[in-house]
Amino acid sequence: MKDFANEKWTRRSLLTAIGLAGGTAAMYDAMLSMGYAANSDFSDPITLQGDAKGASVIILGAGIAGMVAAYEMRKAGYKVKILEFNNRPGGRNWSLHAGDSYTDIGGTTQKVDFAPGQYFNPGPWRLPYHHQGILHYCKMLNVPLESFVMYNNAALVHSAGAFGGKPKRFREVAADYEGHISELLAKATSQNKLDDQLDKDEKDGVLQMLKTWGGLDKNYEYRKGDQTSDFRGYDIPPGGGLMPGPVPSDIMPRKELFNSSLWNALYFPKQWDFQGQLFQPKGGMGEIGKAFGKLLDGVIQYDCKVTNIRQDETGVTVTYINSKTGGAPKTEKADWCVNTIPVSVLSQIPMNVGPKMRAAIDSLPYLPAVKVGLQFKRRFWEEDDNIYGGNTYTDQPIFNISYPSHGFFEKGPAVLLGAYIYRSGMRVYNFEALSAQEQIEAALEQGSKIHPQYRAEFMTGVAVAWHRVPWTLGCSGLWNDALREKHYADMCAVDNRIVLAGEHCSRLMAWQEGSVLSALDAITRLHKRVMSA
Amino acid sequence: MKANTILLAAALSLAATGAMAQANCNQFPQQGGEALYNGICQDCHMPDGRGAEGAGHYPALARNPKLAEPGYPISVVTQGLKSMPAFGGAMSDQQIADVVNYVRTHFGNAYKDTVKPEDVKNAR
Repeated sequence: MKDFANEKWTRRSLLTAIGLAGGTAAMYDAMLSMGYAANSDFSDPITLQGDAKGASVIILGAGIAGMVAAYEMRKAGYKVKILEFNNRPGGRNWSLHAGDSYTDIGGTTQKVDFAPGQYFNPGPWRLPYHHQGILHYCKMLNVPLESFVMYNNAALVHSAGAFGGKPKRFREVAADYEGHISELLAKATSQNKLDDQLDKDEKDGVLQMLKTWGGLDKNYEYRKGDQTSDFRGYDIPPGGGLMPGPVPSDIMPRKELFNSSLWNALYFPKQWDFQGQLFQPKGGMGEIGKAFGKLLDGVIQYDCKVTNIRQDETGVTVTYINSKTGGAPKTEKADWCVNTIPVSVLSQIPMNVGPKMRAAIDSLPYLPAVKVGLQFKRRFWEEDDNIYGGNTYTDQPIFNISYPSHGFFEKGPAVLLGAYIYRSGMRVYNFEALSAQEQIEAALEQGSKIHPQYRAEFMTGVAVAWHRVPWTLGCSGLWNDALREKHYADMCAVDNRIVLAGEHCSRLMAWQEGSVLSALDAITRLHKRVMSA
Repeated sequence: MKANTILLAAALSLAATGAMAQANCNQFPQQGGEALYNGICQDCHMPDGRGAEGAGHYPALARNPKLAEPGYPISVVTQGLKSMPAFGGAMSDQQIADVVNYVRTHFGNAYKDTVKPEDVKNAR
């Protein structure tokens, strides 16, 4: 074994030593304490210190935020009750399975006639490894997780205006951008054009790096050959025996590539949220909500539409009616209230809070978003195109096709995400305004530009436009810097006996981790108030 | 549903810009009150303007007396109101005038005064 005693202790060698001695977990802990590997602001598990003395809390909404709040407050000794609009737990944590149906706010019902076992997540669908809050509750609830494939080199990048509209593989686009840019930089370096930036040693290092990283030849040029095809793939890959090949592939001409906007797709998987490892619950994202609902059996009252929230010095009174049948209003009274109703809805419910929180609630618009799930007769993306999971991007309105990260190589029907539209500017509203049938048709029409098999293999589909989801009226809070500056703190502050929670009270827009962290933060502050009351 | 067919065609052909920088699509391409209504407003207010009700509601535009004073719909479209997004930055004065005029003369509304782009400009 290596003798560490005589080594100069750098942070890296220290970490290596800890890793060898205590395994990766010990090394990871050490890294955290040295500030190397920061997670989200989650500390596991939270403890609300002090006796709540049986104080009661009414929680509005059985989404992730509401259920985290209920679970943790019950654990701390509170009497908890949740009122939920839907007849199921989870809120936006939701999967549509074979046999389910979904009715939008306009009254359009879609029956989900997927094959048994197939599902589609209209809402959240991936869990980054650093979202340790939601992952903690998955572990606690024994929700099995599997790998979510975010980046697949074999997936496609498509622009209607580039390369005759022919989709390119991620590996080809990445290799050619990096290769062409490396060649340009290598030329500039070796022609001494960067001498005011680089000294001699740096120049040698940069050239060596560009040659290896960019796949350049001995003349520092990015040319068709084995060294480029090792990155971008071969026309005929290396074979056995007397098979032909390898035959290297043509590289995309620099000018045409640089004039395209294909680079946009390379940026998505580089973002921290999408870098991977990512996870998904086996059987659909909705499994988390279902498991949480089971844990809170008896706590959640379903089919409750809240119509009024009133607080005074004695407590909080919530008035509600049956969300399906209406009928006579009922009331529920508690000492405190954790309110996770999306503010798109909450802005319409009378609630006596101070002018600052009211202004915050009334100021936040909600993100438009559409997702379309398409079931095909077979996994042609795997069988014909060797794409196993991952994401394809296009500059058509559908924006994103995502192949299932589960069930690889299975025979028979499979569901993919045929459109995920949320970052396409005003086009999202235009897409939302289509009927569900038209959204499915648009997903098929645009998708067939990328996968010609679409029309022949299509079986059935389902489309969810988030502004038409009856219980959220939008996808997620649409904060911008100006709105945050003006209203965010007031949105999150405890107003006497009421505190708001949910992704809209977080800086992780539309992420379930935002709901978890918001709930933990809200109940911690509320609990402090209870203790000092 | 002729208008919807046109809208669908528009949604399909928008891709022809060839720009994957989707964030640049900050302006609505539709022109004229009907195309704007069908391309945007009907998402929530419904094709026949009757609005919709769930945990919260989208107000009906059909026979809505709040439309009598044109300054009100101009302000709501331009600045937004609660869960109604502000579209002032995504629509020209002409587009806003067109869609307000359309709503005020359809769905059982029959207001005679017409909004002009200058009215929108002054209200911004």
